[in-house]
Amino acid sequence: MRKLILSALTAAGLFASSGAALAAGGGEPLMKPGFSWDGFFGRYDQAELKRGFEVFNQVCSNCHGLRLVAYRNLSAVGLTADQIKDVAAAREVADAPNDEGMVSMRAGRASDKYINPFPNDKAAAAANGGALPPDLSLMAKARVGGPNYIYSLMLGFKEEAPHGVVIPEGKYYNTYFPGNAIGMPPQLMEDLITYSDGTKASQEQLARDVTAFLNWAAEPELNERKSMGLKVMIFLAVFTALLYALKRQIWKNLH
Amino acid sequence: MSGFQTNNKVISWLDERLPIFSMMQHSAIDYPTPRNLNYWWNFGSLAAFVLVIMLLTGIFLVMNYSSHTSLAFDSVERIMRDVNYGWLIRYLHMNGASMFFILVYVHIFRNMYYGSYKAPREVLWWVGILIFLAMMATAFMGYVLPWGQMSFWGATVITNLFSAFPVVGQHIVTLLWGGFAVDNPTLNRFFSLHYLLPFVIVGLVVVHVWALHTVKSNNPLGVEMKGEADSIPFHPYYTIKDLFGIGLFLMFFLGFVFWAPNFFGEPDNYIPANPMVTPPHIVPEWYFLPFYAILRAVPDKLLGVLAMFAAIIVLFFLPWLDSSKVRSAKFRPIYRQFFWLFFANCIFLGYLGGKPAEGWYVPASQIATVYYFAHFLILLPLLGKVEKPKALPASISAAVLKEKA
Repeated sequence: MRKLILSALTAAGLFASSGAALAAGGGEPLMKPGFSWDGFFGRYDQAELKRGFEVFNQVCSNCHGLRLVAYRNLSAVGLTADQIKDVAAAREVADAPNDEGMVSMRAGRASDKYINPFPNDKAAAAANGGALPPDLSLMAKARVGGPNYIYSLMLGFKEEAPHGVVIPEGKYYNTYFPGNAIGMPPQLMEDLITYSDGTKASQEQLARDVTAFLNWAAEPELNERKSMGLKVMIFLAVFTALLYALKRQIWKNLH
Repeated sequence: MSGFQTNNKVISWLDERLPIFSMMQHSAIDYPTPRNLNYWWNFGSLAAFVLVIMLLTGIFLVMNYSSHTSLAFDSVERIMRDVNYGWLIRYLHMNGASMFFILVYVHIFRNMYYGSYKAPREVLWWVGILIFLAMMATAFMGYVLPWGQMSFWGATVITNLFSAFPVVGQHIVTLLWGGFAVDNPTLNRFFSLHYLLPFVIVGLVVVHVWALHTVKSNNPLGVEMKGEADSIPFHPYYTIKDLFGIGLFLMFFLGFVFWAPNFFGEPDNYIPANPMVTPPHIVPEWYFLPFYAILRAVPDKLLGVLAMFAAIIVLFFLPWLDSSKVRSAKFRPIYRQFFWLFFANCIFLGYLGGKPAEGWYVPASQIATVYYFAHFLILLPLLGKVEKPKALPASISAAVLKEKA
């Protein structure tokens, strides 16, 4: 049994190190602020998700898409049905052709996926100095470090690049971005938005909240997953203990 | 331990025409098993259990998956977000693949430690290697289906390996791709084969169990069962022991599914495939890493591919390369040391396979590759001649009773 545990640990160590090996060559280790959804009992903080949505909706969504999340899903971050309708209606999409075959624009609906800020990737890149703002639906799963990466990147901008590092025109220095030259300008200024719950919008607060929202966008099932996991584990612990007792009982008379 | 008997007329009517009840009685209940199997013998039944989980979850995933390059990625995300418990089914399937390999690797190393591949179990061992090969093909093609960046580029790199073969190489690659690049036809044929191969694995598992039941299980002592005193019926002794193992395993497996579902995956595979953007490091799934390290250790492409295939082919010859008559490492003091060295070397190769091919990783993986083959081709043939094994017990029961006293 001891050997079994030992080899499991060896294997775990191997996977962990092979994962770390893939960390892009950004240099600095990521900040690890700790999140409410970390760990065995972790869950999203509803107030944080809602604030994060406000940051995303008022700031990020001007350039970034969230194409895998539907407006109706926003009820999970605490928006009411009316608020969802308003958020969706703020943008227009092409409607289905009418009876004459004409295509006109209509306001977004709750059932729509988040409408992209640009009609296509070419337009998005052209409007952003040639750098395409990536869709953020899966950002928290699509980068090494996940939410830590998003949080670090948000706070990783430096006015001056370190000595000897040349940042091209139209790019910005970010400690955590692979290659350090990022097309996105620094975003999170103090009091950038006014939170509806009155929280003070410091840079760290904004970064933390938008990270929470984006993690929710990538893993909307997390709360359900972890609470189901707990129930399953309790069941399995009892069930396996009973199986072990039964095994002892059956094997006892063997000699 | 008697044959199948029943008072039920319907069952006996059926059994006389198709002896399924007799067969179950014979193969799953009375089946004589060594009385001294340890928990390392649980991993075969565990692997079969995971195979069933993979088939079931896979069948439900297919109901919601679209195998077109323009739809595949989003259809997987739809499973994750909109299909009822789709996230659970997909995470079970995704982590189940890694579990399958963990279990099978333990199963293989257990086989090597206790010399289970030796006569009369060579064919049993061969069928096992065939299962392993079929698993690798299935896992590789399955990883392509979500059509993320690593799916696409992994498929590109691995299929390109076949172009190393002279004359036929390029034709094989075109055939695999269904065109002149990894594209929609590639995805479609991989999907088709990913659904087919698991049933081939099921067939091979049946043959594996058939061969097992013909030659019976090896055991930690490596001496054959000689009489009634050495064996116990499979049921209830090993049915309950296997069930207990399944309980423990499920806790390990579901720990990943519920708390770290992407632990074994690559973040890049959550970026949709883009033929215009190459990821900085293209890495296969962890279970291929030792073989990937061997592939890259050889500077020549063709020789690298051959070395990679040879790393598995050599396993077929293992029963004859190992010249020792004694099976279990328990009685082979020198082999035991080299077994653990070989194990550590495999882990090290896996570590190197995940690193970029630069700096000290290159000579290290070359040394580890040489050692991998030297273990089979030099050490094992020599050891049996040089080593003086400890005295074997007269029988399983004699050893067990001595231990208990």
